[in-house]
Amino acid sequence: MNPQAPHRSSVTAPPDALIQAHAVTLRLGGRVILEHIDLSLQAGRIITLIGPNGAGKTSLLRVLLGLLAPSAGHISRAPRLRIGYMPQRIVIDPVLPITVRRFLSLAGRVQPAQLAAALEETGVGYLLNQPIQSVSGGEMQRILLARALLRRPQLLVLDEPAQGVDVGRQGEVFALIEQLRQRYHCGVLMVSHELHWVMAAADEVICLNRHICCTGQPQAVSRHPEYLKLFGEQLPFGVAPYRHQHDHAHDLCGNVIRQKAAATKDNRSP
Amino acid sequence: MIESVNVDDFIIRAFIGGVLVAIVAGPLGTFVVWRRMAYFGDTLAHSALLGVALGFLLSLNLNLSVIAVCLGLALLLVFLQHQQRLASDTLLGILAHSTLSLGMVAVAFLEGIRIDLMAYLFGDILAISYDDLGWILGGGLLALVILGFLWRPLLAMTVHEDLARVEGVPATLVSMLFMLLIAVVIAVAMKVVGVLLITSLMIIPAATARRLASTPEQMAWFAAGFGCLAVVGGLGGSLRWDTPTGPSIVVMAAVLFGAIHLVWGLWPYAVRSARRFFK
Repeated sequence: MNPQAPHRSSVTAPPDALIQAHAVTLRLGGRVILEHIDLSLQAGRIITLIGPNGAGKTSLLRVLLGLLAPSAGHISRAPRLRIGYMPQRIVIDPVLPITVRRFLSLAGRVQPAQLAAALEETGVGYLLNQPIQSVSGGEMQRILLARALLRRPQLLVLDEPAQGVDVGRQGEVFALIEQLRQRYHCGVLMVSHELHWVMAAADEVICLNRHICCTGQPQAVSRHPEYLKLFGEQLPFGVAPYRHQHDHAHDLCGNVIRQKAAATKDNRSP
Repeated sequence: MIESVNVDDFIIRAFIGGVLVAIVAGPLGTFVVWRRMAYFGDTLAHSALLGVALGFLLSLNLNLSVIAVCLGLALLLVFLQHQQRLASDTLLGILAHSTLSLGMVAVAFLEGIRIDLMAYLFGDILAISYDDLGWILGGGLLALVILGFLWRPLLAMTVHEDLARVEGVPATLVSMLFMLLIAVVIAVAMKVVGVLLITSLMIIPAATARRLASTPEQMAWFAAGFGCLAVVGGLGGSLRWDTPTGPSIVVMAAVLFGAIHLVWGLWPYAVRSARRFFK
């Protein structure tokens, strides 16, 4: 058995966890969105959530942030945890006249000088006095990152940070996140579709499809049959031969169907 | 002579009351516009008549009963929207018209009291008493003070609610207080333009102000200013030409809106052709 093989159950949480989810299940309108999620976020670690559309990635972020209450299980947060959050696709109606500076100042009590400094740090200092509706998608992502930084976050939660960024410049966004992680020693939890950058930038990858399909270091996850089943073989490091031996199947709704009792044994590693 | 003093008196009361209401309705209206709550405000305003009827039935203060009914309806709306059984605009349509009709039916049941329905539907600013003026002043000041405290969190929520909540804004409390403010403004503005036209006093000046403003605060101040202009112009016009006052104020607000947008839209062309002319 390969000792690097990712395993289904989550890592046991160390005591310095920023946020921990214990057996979290979320149902919305009778549908199961998330099922029995265990995970733990720590300072200085980048964890990336990947998964197909409708896998519940954004819902999981919202539960961890406290924006949605889980239907079962519970979330524990470090006391007085400062979170910098970068939501997906933020569009501000042009009927609201607001500059980038003012947008940043909404983060809380911050000195005016800090606003400019945070923007410089994410590389868009020149936008300070622009109306926020005039910036491009990529600039908006950097502005949101700057607003997250103003909170001096212990944890950055980023929902598709490279969305709307030109493919050629996505690398810069991930490099920036990596820099910020090192400078502030904050934990990072992000959702991303840019699989090759995920594989390069993450310490741990969680492959989500309502439940946690597999989790572990990027290389190990990219060889996991569950990962290959969801993303195919042609992607990032996914050059391992596809030997599908996993212990469960999914029905049309994505629910887990146990196939055979013996399959609970960990015999899935390639 | 005494009679002419009385005439001046009620006109002055009307001007003061109208301007006070416009000063509160303008800034609050900017949020109604930003948060796309125009129809929500309209629905609450429609229910105000039910508040009037209940106030008469239970012999309560009419302002308080209107505020109570508006708040109750706001909570009901939020609850129903959370259920997500029907689209929001359908819900608003159902509640707006059924509460208005219920209000009119309830008014018909009141025995021994004759209510001037038109005054409640379209306003009767010339009948503002000192008592009403006290309510407008008190309610308006309270609303402005609360709005001042709510400004930053409410603006943060308006820009992005999830982001604001993660940053520690108590979103539920802030939305509740915002709805309370709308209810207060509806109660005090009912005298001026009537339940059917109240939302226009919040929305039209705010929409007019957008063209001139480059910050949220500017837009609020401009909205208050345009509201005052609309009240003064509409009231003056209605005295001059003997037109219904509430609708005259709304017409004046709409004229300002059209004029500002026309001027700002045509300004670049005007400048260009003037340059060409004087070359």
